[in-house]
Amino acid sequence: MTVMADPHGVSPPAARIPLAVGYRRFVFRRLFWLLVLGTALVLSVAINILTGPAGLDIESVIIGILNPSSLSVTERIIIWEVRLPYALMAVVVGACLGLAGAEMQTVLNNALASPSTLGVMYAATLGASLAIVFDLAGPLGVSENFVVPICAFVGAVASVLLILALSRTYGATVDTVVLFGIALVFALQALISLIQFVADSDSLQQIVFWTMGSLARSTWDKLMIISVVFAICLPSSIRHMWKMTSLRGGEGFALSFGVSVERLRLIVLLRVSVMTAVAVAFTGVIGFIGLVGPHIARLAFGEDHRFYLPGSALAGAFILSGASIASKSLVPGILIPDGIVTALIGIPLFLVLLLIQRRRSR
Amino acid sequence: MTGLRIKNLGLQYGSNVVLSDVAFPETPEGSLIGVLGPNGVGKSTLLRAMAGLGPYRGDIWLDDEPLRDMPMRRRAGLIGYLPQELPQRTTLVAYEAVVSACRAVRPDMATQAVEDATEETFERLGIRHLAFKALSTLSGGQRQMVGLAQIVVRRPTILLLDEPISALDLRWQIGVLDVVRTLTRQQRGHCFMALHDINIAMRYCDYIALFGDGKLLAFGPPLAAMTPDVLRQAYRIEGRIETCSRGKPFVVTDGVLADLPAY
Repeated sequence: MTVMADPHGVSPPAARIPLAVGYRRFVFRRLFWLLVLGTALVLSVAINILTGPAGLDIESVIIGILNPSSLSVTERIIIWEVRLPYALMAVVVGACLGLAGAEMQTVLNNALASPSTLGVMYAATLGASLAIVFDLAGPLGVSENFVVPICAFVGAVASVLLILALSRTYGATVDTVVLFGIALVFALQALISLIQFVADSDSLQQIVFWTMGSLARSTWDKLMIISVVFAICLPSSIRHMWKMTSLRGGEGFALSFGVSVERLRLIVLLRVSVMTAVAVAFTGVIGFIGLVGPHIARLAFGEDHRFYLPGSALAGAFILSGASIASKSLVPGILIPDGIVTALIGIPLFLVLLLIQRRRSR
Repeated sequence: MTGLRIKNLGLQYGSNVVLSDVAFPETPEGSLIGVLGPNGVGKSTLLRAMAGLGPYRGDIWLDDEPLRDMPMRRRAGLIGYLPQELPQRTTLVAYEAVVSACRAVRPDMATQAVEDATEETFERLGIRHLAFKALSTLSGGQRQMVGLAQIVVRRPTILLLDEPISALDLRWQIGVLDVVRTLTRQQRGHCFMALHDINIAMRYCDYIALFGDGKLLAFGPPLAAMTPDVLRQAYRIEGRIETCSRGKPFVVTDGVLADLPAY
C-alpha cells in the first residue's frame, strides 16, 4: 500500500491514537455544551414561571405546580392557565423556529436563511390573516385552533415553493435565494397591510397583535398542537442528519455521494414550512430566533448535524424563553410583545455572532 | 469485470453541443485514463455525465448495465466522482466531512467499518494532521485533499476525478497521483482523470483521451495518442514529443499557432 508520507511526521505510527478515539474529544465537548444549554433552558423556564406581575413567591408556585388543589382559584389560573403554558410555549415555539432555521440554512446553503428573512413567516402570517379576516373557521365548523395554522401552513408552503421554483429557474446561488426572499418579505408585508386595510376593527386588532408576535395567548391546546407537530418533524430531521451534514461540504459533493439533493431540499423545506407555520400560527411573527439560534449552535457545536440540529432547537428555545422573561420584566406590569423583544435582542446578537464566526474562520 | 463502456456519446451544455460521437475502447483493469483537452472542451461535462449526474445522448454502460437505468444508490456505490470545485469552507471538521460522506448514503454500514475506512483514508492520503481542523481554516489544497478523501473513503471501483490536483503543490500532486494509481490497481477498477498538465498526464496515465474541436481526437497509450498533429488540433500549439534521459516521453512546446481563436 502506498501511503503518502506525513510531512509533519508528528508521531510514529505505533504511538498514534486512532482518529475515531481522537474525535471522541469533540463528541464529549459537544455533549457537554448540549447539557449546559439544556440546563440553561430548564433554568430559564423555571425563572419564567416564577416571574410575573402577580407577585407569587417561589414556595407557593412550586407547591401550586406539585399540588394544584391547594391553590386558590386565582392562583391556580395564574399558574396553570397563564404562566405554565406561556413558559412552555416559549420553549416549543423557540425550538421549532431554531430547528427550522438551521435546516433552512443547510439546504439553501445560506447563513442568512431563516423563516423570517426569507418571507416564510410573513407568508404564514398572510395565510393566517386571511383566515381571521374572512372567518374561515365559522363556515367550516372547525376550531380556529386548526383553521388558522392550516391557512398559515398553506401560505408558508406556497412561499417556499415559490422560492424553490424561482431559484431553480434562475440558479440557486446564495445571492438569488436571499434576493428572492427579501423581495418576498416586502411583497408579503404589503399584502398583509392591504388585508389590514380592509379588515373590520375586530379582525384588525387580531392581525396587528399577530404581526407583533406574542406568546401571551398561549393555551394548553395550542401548546399541544405545536408539540405534536415538533415531535412528528423531529424524527424526520434525525433521519436526514447525515445527508444534511454531507451537504455542508457542497452540493456537488453530496450529489457525487449519491444524495438526491433536490428531493432532500424539497422535503426539508416542506418540513420547515410545517414547523414555521404552526409556531407562527399561534404566536404571530417572532423573528430572528430562526436566524440567531443556528448561528449560536454553529459556534458551539460545529456543523455535524447530530449536534447542530438539537443545538439549534435548544438555542432557539433558550433565546425565546429568555426573551419572554424580558418581555414580562422590562416594564413591570406590561407585557411587551415577544416579537419586538426578540428583534431588539436578536439583531445585535446576530451581528456579534457573525463577527465572531468571521474572525474564527480566518 | 468492472468497466465503463462508452459508445456514441453526445453531450450538450445548455443548447450548445459540446462533444459528439465519443467512444472509449475497453481498457484493462487498473487503468488510469487521462482526460485532456483545452479549456471548455467538455472534460467536466463528460465526467459529470459518466457519473450519471448530467444529461447525455448515446450509451454509457457500467458493468454491462446501462448507466441510465441504474438506481442512484448503486451507481454512487460503484462510481467515485470528484467535482472540480473544492469542498466549501464550513465549520465542519475534515473527519466529519469524510465520515458523513459514508454515512449519508450507507446507513447500513457499521460504525466500526466507517471508522476503519476513514482512518485508512486519512492515513493513505497523509492528511491525519488535518483530521480535526475545520474546513474553513484549511487552505485550498488541503480542502482538495479532504474532497478526495470523501471520494476514496467509499472505495469506488470507477474513479472520475475532475482536476484532482489543481490546487496542490508539486509534492502533493505526485503524492495524490501515486495514491490514485495504487487504489485503481488494487480495486482493479478504472480511473478517469481530467488534467491540465500534459506532462504529468503522460507520466502517470496508462491511456490518454485527448479532446478538441468537439470530439475525441485521440485515445491510446501516451506515446501513441500524443502527436504534434493532435497537439496542434487540440491546443493550437506547436509541440514536440521528446524522450527524457530515463526514456519517459514528454511534450515540449515551441509556440502557439497564429490562428488562436478568441478565448
